[in-house]
Amino acid sequence: MEHLSNKHTRPLSPNIQIYRPQLTSVLSIVNRITGVFLSACAVVLVVWLIAAASGREAYSRFHDCIASWPGQFFLLASTFAFFLHLCGGIRHLVWDTVRGFELRQIYISGWIVVATSVVLTLACWLASLLIARQV
Amino acid sequence: MAKANTFIITSSDQVSRRTILKRFPIPRNFGVPNGSQIEPGRTWTAPEGATRTKQFEVYRYNPVSGENPHLDLFEVDLDDCGPMVLDALIWIKNKVDPTLTFRRSCREGVCGSCAMNMDGTNWLACTRFIEETDSPTRIYPLANMRIIKDLVPDLTHLYAQYELIEPWLQTKTSDPDRERLQAPEDRKKLDGYYECILCFCCTSGCPSHWWNGDRFLGPAVLLQAWRWLADSRDEATGRRLDTLEDPFRLYRCHTILNCTRTCPKGLNPGKAIAEIKKRIADRRS
Repeated sequence: MEHLSNKHTRPLSPNIQIYRPQLTSVLSIVNRITGVFLSACAVVLVVWLIAAASGREAYSRFHDCIASWPGQFFLLASTFAFFLHLCGGIRHLVWDTVRGFELRQIYISGWIVVATSVVLTLACWLASLLIARQV
Repeated sequence: MAKANTFIITSSDQVSRRTILKRFPIPRNFGVPNGSQIEPGRTWTAPEGATRTKQFEVYRYNPVSGENPHLDLFEVDLDDCGPMVLDALIWIKNKVDPTLTFRRSCREGVCGSCAMNMDGTNWLACTRFIEETDSPTRIYPLANMRIIKDLVPDLTHLYAQYELIEPWLQTKTSDPDRERLQAPEDRKKLDGYYECILCFCCTSGCPSHWWNGDRFLGPAVLLQAWRWLADSRDEATGRRLDTLEDPFRLYRCHTILNCTRTCPKGLNPGKAIAEIKKRIADRRS
């Protein structure tokens, strides 16, 4: 009976291995991942500025990287991550005032965060491309 | 019964059937300690002559065997069984394997004993219709619990956390000669909080409690904490807030809101915790 009384030998039932992904938990983990990702993006931004300050050759080398397909994809991902994190952050600020906690409101605000981030990302890229064409 | 819209969930009893992923895309035994890894089990076929059957995949663990937990597959004769998941479990226990162990009592969503994880979300087995479940129905004990046997989790730690918030009326003024009166509008402030049956579906579904359950109190206990903070008759508010104002006990809540999504009584632990955080912020200003 020894192992019956020792609760540390009891197995732990599965948690994340079986729990169903829901908009609540998925947006929460996405907010975290985008936060970490944006910290890395901040470093890239600093490299960009250093390159710009270091002169023509360094800047053009950086520019080649960022203009390549992987570079462009990285920029797209970082703008989307930025807007997702921004909108998610605003949602959290509203929650801090104890508003929007009914389940319906939680789901509506969640989908609004997703949709707004997509729209803002597209708008940001359209605007950038239009500006780039005029220059 | 479940309503149709799967995008906007309006009440916690809605079963989301068409999520893209039924579980997070990680290996089955990701980060699971050796003794907790789940192994394949046996299949128990339906009795002969059964025409309408459904498969139930059930987590089994026998502490005496010394073996790891495993998944058994039971074929249940639906024509011989009641409509709820709990009825299926009772049918299995009566007709197939009498060693199947689970807690149940009221069979009408009042006692909270039969809380378990069905198709990946926590709910009460007695108020979940079999026809609302996947095929096979996947039945696990409450997530992230030490398991005593089969579907019976050890709730000792959660009860200890509950005790920490001292869930009883505390007063400094001398006892009155009669009941402590409460205005109807003050009584109303307890609605949505006093109904909690302590089934711990929410705490077991909270990722923050999975990672920091040793020190984070979890949604069920924090909802109870707010129930006493919101009570006009209680006079220990300041001390109660002191107990809660802690980076782990309260602030490990990151407003994930799996708790509000899963509560079988339709309560709102997420909102209760936000109320506590706001009350502490108000107290500082």
